[in-house]
Amino acid sequence: MDTMRERFITVTSKMLDEDPRLALVLAEITMDGFRPAQRRHPDRVINVGIREQLLVGVGGGLALTGLRPILHTFASFLVERPFEQVKLDFGHQDTGGVLVSASASYDWPAGGFTHMAPGDVALLDTLDGWTVHVPGHPDEAEALLRDAYAAGDDKVYVRLSEQTNAEPRPVTGAAPLTVREGRSGVVLAVGPLLDNVLAATEGMDVTVLYATTVRPFDDAALRAAVGWGGPADVVLVEPYLAGTSTAAANDALGDVPHRVLGLGVGRAELRRYGTLAEHTAAHGLDARSLRERISAFLRPGA
Amino acid sequence: MTQTNADTAFRYEDLGRLIALMTGAEKHGPAATSTLDVLWVLYDRVLRVGPASAQAAGRDRFLLSKGHGPMAYYAVLAAKGFFPVEWLGRFGGFDSPLGHHPDRTLIPGVEIASGSLGHGLPLGVGTALGLRAQGLDDPAVWVLIGDAELDEGSNHEALAYAGSAALERLHTVVIDNDSATHGWPGGIASRFEAAGWSAITVDGRDHAALHAAFTAPHPGRPHAVVARVEKKF
Repeated sequence: MDTMRERFITVTSKMLDEDPRLALVLAEITMDGFRPAQRRHPDRVINVGIREQLLVGVGGGLALTGLRPILHTFASFLVERPFEQVKLDFGHQDTGGVLVSASASYDWPAGGFTHMAPGDVALLDTLDGWTVHVPGHPDEAEALLRDAYAAGDDKVYVRLSEQTNAEPRPVTGAAPLTVREGRSGVVLAVGPLLDNVLAATEGMDVTVLYATTVRPFDDAALRAAVGWGGPADVVLVEPYLAGTSTAAANDALGDVPHRVLGLGVGRAELRRYGTLAEHTAAHGLDARSLRERISAFLRPGA
Repeated sequence: MTQTNADTAFRYEDLGRLIALMTGAEKHGPAATSTLDVLWVLYDRVLRVGPASAQAAGRDRFLLSKGHGPMAYYAVLAAKGFFPVEWLGRFGGFDSPLGHHPDRTLIPGVEIASGSLGHGLPLGVGTALGLRAQGLDDPAVWVLIGDAELDEGSNHEALAYAGSAALERLHTVVIDNDSATHGWPGGIASRFEAAGWSAITVDGRDHAALHAAFTAPHPGRPHAVVARVEKKF
């Protein structure tokens, strides 16, 4: 199986052939994979060098001329470093584009904190109108990328990761899937953490929702999942900063007594290297840790 | 494309009166007038854009990156008929389209919403690339920045790349009123020339010299005009 980033190269190269409105802007990262596409479309595959403010500014300029820009580098250099460009060169200009990141929260654990961006979705949450897709499988990444490229002048962020679930789910770019149904709580799993959530909640009487599109937050789907039978217990399991969607979930449940537990990547810098699995466990997002934390939340004092 | 700015009701001599309509506690006064002559020469004699072609695909684009002190810009746009002169009197008001920094979504003829320094040149590079990718090889892209704005690193990302990419349709005019605290030893033009641009330094109040600099040929290279004006006080 290819990775999400490899699928990004394949599908984007193909879409550049088919849709003359698309233009890709890179800042060296992933350039090798796009050389064939650049030979075919030298004016629409643009590598600005290691210049991330320019990466986003150029994307904004392309959008001003009516093209649909696709911007790509690691999440830390796409969202965090040029954040003001993301804010002003798209939103403030009333234009759109597709930001496609790689490396996610800790895809390269041995690379350390400079290449980790657990706060990317929370940062975008300070802006208006960004759609955020978090695929959990390369097939889902392809579907969501195609959806994003065709989404008019929308502002869309697609967060690719080395972390994946074993099997793809059908994704529509909209409502979460109901993977399991239960009566004593709702667990919303985001993107690549679904498999861990399913393993963690095995045998538990909980509903498991699976979201690959987290912004806009699907208020109606969460509200429907908790039902009308009384106090609602909701656990969010997100592969980025813990609690990123807690406020959104609270807002969605404004008309029902509820508790929300927001699980995700911790704010504290680990200063550890090692493997993806080790970091997932260190953030309490492996199946065993999740089971303990979810159980403790659903049955306090038990 | 022919010159479409046919509204000749206003002359350069009228701009002072139009600027005076924007009264009040506008704190960017000196900066506003530092751009006046450059803006007039561009809109009067160089840019192929007017009210009727403000949305045309083939128009020249002028991006005011140095968005603070936009009074001269608004006066010139009003003089050329992009919006009614009556708008000027409500400059900065809650219901006015004319803010102390321009907003492209509110003002006809304004290509970018600016204010935060260092965004215009990267947007201009992207605009030039986007036009080229669509086979629009004729429209010129102009970006106005200030000498102190050049402090922002994003400009240097843009000018280095634009020179390397030989973006011939990209033009930058730098209003140099010597306002950068640390200055530019060796001159501003040298920064552009080192990056592969054509560059000319002229008197920013001399309309003939400005016109000559704006229209100088620069085959295969982007073009920078450094317009020297009196030191900011």
